Amino acid sequence: MEDINNPHSPNESDNEKGSTRRNFLKNLGLAGVGVATGAAALYSGHIFEAKKNVSGDQRVLLTQDGKLVQVDSLEIKALNKDKEELHESMWRGGIPGKRWVMVTDLSKCRNARKCISACQDAHQLRPEQYHMNTLQMQDAPGTAPYNMPKNCQHCDNPPCVAVCPVDATYKRPDGIVIIENDRCIGCRFCMAACPYSARIFNWIEPKDAAIHEGQDYNAELNVPQKMGTVSKCLFSADRLREGKLPYCVEACPNGVYYFGDENEDAVTNGTTKETVRLSKLLRDNGGYQLMPELGTKPRVYYLPPKNRLFPFEESNDLTPEKA
Amino acid sequence: MTMDDNKLTFDKLTSDLTHHIRINKGFLIWMGFLTISLFICLYAYTIQLRTGLGVAGIRDYVTWGMYLANFVFFVAASLIGMLVSAVLGLIGMKWITPITRIAETIAVAFAAVAGLVIVSDMGRPERLAYVFIYGRPQSPILWDVTVITTYFVLSLLLLFLPLIADMAIIHRKVDNLPSWLKPVYKSLSLNFTDNPQQNKIINRSIRILLILLIPAALSIHTVTSWLFAVTSRAGWDSTVFGPYFVSGAFVAGSAAVIIAMFFFRKNYKLQDYLTDVHFNNMGKVLATVSLVYLYFNINEFLVPGYKLKRADAVHLQELFAGKDAILFWLIQVGGLLLPILFMLFRRFRKPLPIMLISVAVLIAAWFKRYLIVVPTQEHPFLPIQHVPQNFMHYSPTLIETLITIAPFIMVLIIITLISKFFPVIPLHDKKKKKGIDHIKFD
Repeated sequence: MEDINNPHSPNESDNEKGSTRRNFLKNLGLAGVGVATGAAALYSGHIFEAKKNVSGDQRVLLTQDGKLVQVDSLEIKALNKDKEELHESMWRGGIPGKRWVMVTDLSKCRNARKCISACQDAHQLRPEQYHMNTLQMQDAPGTAPYNMPKNCQHCDNPPCVAVCPVDATYKRPDGIVIIENDRCIGCRFCMAACPYSARIFNWIEPKDAAIHEGQDYNAELNVPQKMGTVSKCLFSADRLREGKLPYCVEACPNGVYYFGDENEDAVTNGTTKETVRLSKLLRDNGGYQLMPELGTKPRVYYLPPKNRLFPFEESNDLTPEKA
Repeated sequence: MTMDDNKLTFDKLTSDLTHHIRINKGFLIWMGFLTISLFICLYAYTIQLRTGLGVAGIRDYVTWGMYLANFVFFVAASLIGMLVSAVLGLIGMKWITPITRIAETIAVAFAAVAGLVIVSDMGRPERLAYVFIYGRPQSPILWDVTVITTYFVLSLLLLFLPLIADMAIIHRKVDNLPSWLKPVYKSLSLNFTDNPQQNKIINRSIRILLILLIPAALSIHTVTSWLFAVTSRAGWDSTVFGPYFVSGAFVAGSAAVIIAMFFFRKNYKLQDYLTDVHFNNMGKVLATVSLVYLYFNINEFLVPGYKLKRADAVHLQELFAGKDAILFWLIQVGGLLLPILFMLFRRFRKPLPIMLISVAVLIAAWFKRYLIVVPTQEHPFLPIQHVPQNFMHYSPTLIETLITIAPFIMVLIIITLISKFFPVIPLHDKKKKKGIDHIKFD
């Protein structure tokens, strides 16, 4: 660009060698043409640059389908969508490029139930309302009992989503099954269809409804809860959006939960914060799914309750219903 | 027949079939009773609207309770219109003619109210319109809404078309009518003058409706059974649920028609028109459909009972010998086996005995729906733990019971009004049968 814009430079050496009038005139003519050309080039360049609107400040952005792109900062425009529309596309679109997956290590669960309280606090649930519950399991009379944390399995073939008449519950590209309680009509067909009993219902006014009144609804957290609508585990989609682990995973003191992205083949333990290969973890420990014979294709894997170094304690306590 | 004889017979016929169309004390007391009861029940519903579905006994595990059992029962009872009018009518059974209007009235009443029953089970009834705005065709609920609406419209038309001729006769020939009713009948008669052209159109329309009614009726109850059968729960995960429900519906509907026949015959003095022959024949119909239902019951319980897969074993154990056993055997023996045995004998198909049998069958039919809906949910695949006692076992509440009774009152009101202001027996058909081919309308 420099050279083209300075048409004088090739001619100056000629001027030093001979200064005849003819040469001078010739040079003058050439210079004139050069200046005119240069000016024209400069001008059109200026127009072009003005059109391109380049500030030189390049930003790296992640597109909705998960690709990294470089864009000049002047090119970035705010989307002219209203808040509701934006929320809707965010909630339905999910977190780009991710396929969330959870691994629950049954050999570590000592029924501390910290996951449950963290979950109930975050989702404004009553004590008898579980997105996550720990069950005392015994597969056969001769086999050892064990604790099994059970949340929504976020099935890839979710029976609950199939039966919903109003599209209130849906499967996102990132694997999470969401329930939107501002759409739910409360027919509870999804609850009847779920083989994992993962869904709950707000039979009465939700906990602390008066306190949370007027709060903006966030489908990725499903709060504030609404009377007459279904609620369920959302893999703490609100936390994932901030790059954090789910509430239950973070709260576990015993290293039961691994959570991560199937696309990256990596899961992080919520207690030790150690990140391991998902495929290796499942392969080495005999990972399995709950009731895979139903064809639901769960996104939660379990590691068998083997080599436990602590006793099993019976604790099927009843939670009184709080009105 | 001379013209005078003709006139005489016609007058008697008209008077016999229309003399009940007047507002008397009995009617007012009955309607007053129904209205007050309905308001009490509706008050219970306002409590549910205010404080949530939690006023009912349903909770997170047994999430569908009496409301849904009631819905299935109402859809079932409405199916009878199709059996009596369409199936028996189209294969040429002449004796059913006086019963068709009763059957259609019951069909219309139950189909109309079934929609309301399901609204009472919604957590957010004010969002009912979402089903139409955001409706997803994958959901069996959408199929149910579609077919029940279709069936209701077809049944209503099938009730109305034969009424056109009757309305024409009544508003011209019956003098002692309440004055405000005359113009209503006149406009409902659509200027019918009994000319061959009009009769042809009506008869052809009725025939088309009867044919359309068969697939529509089969659909409503098959789709309703799929609300359960599309899930993988033990007790619902069945391939015979469609025909099992449909045959059960014919049982409930036939019983309802027999009960209605009995009371219309008595209250509206129709002994000459609803004779022992009709009760005898309807008794045979009820026995036949009960046998078909028994066949599907055997399929439904024997096959999973033979294999005893884990979840099925728990479910069947509860039904056969567990906490639901008394109800289960009362229904199966008292509402199915014994009625079939009794109905084999002619003397039990006389009006009074067959009516009593029908009452037993109808009550059993309601509780059978309860047993289809509720126990399955009490033992899901994963154990129910760390929840209050009332989450583990379903027990209906008083408010829930009142809200469940409300639809029955509505059905009684609809049936009472239709039968009170229109002839219970199709007048125009009867006239033709008596050989009175044409009565001049003057």
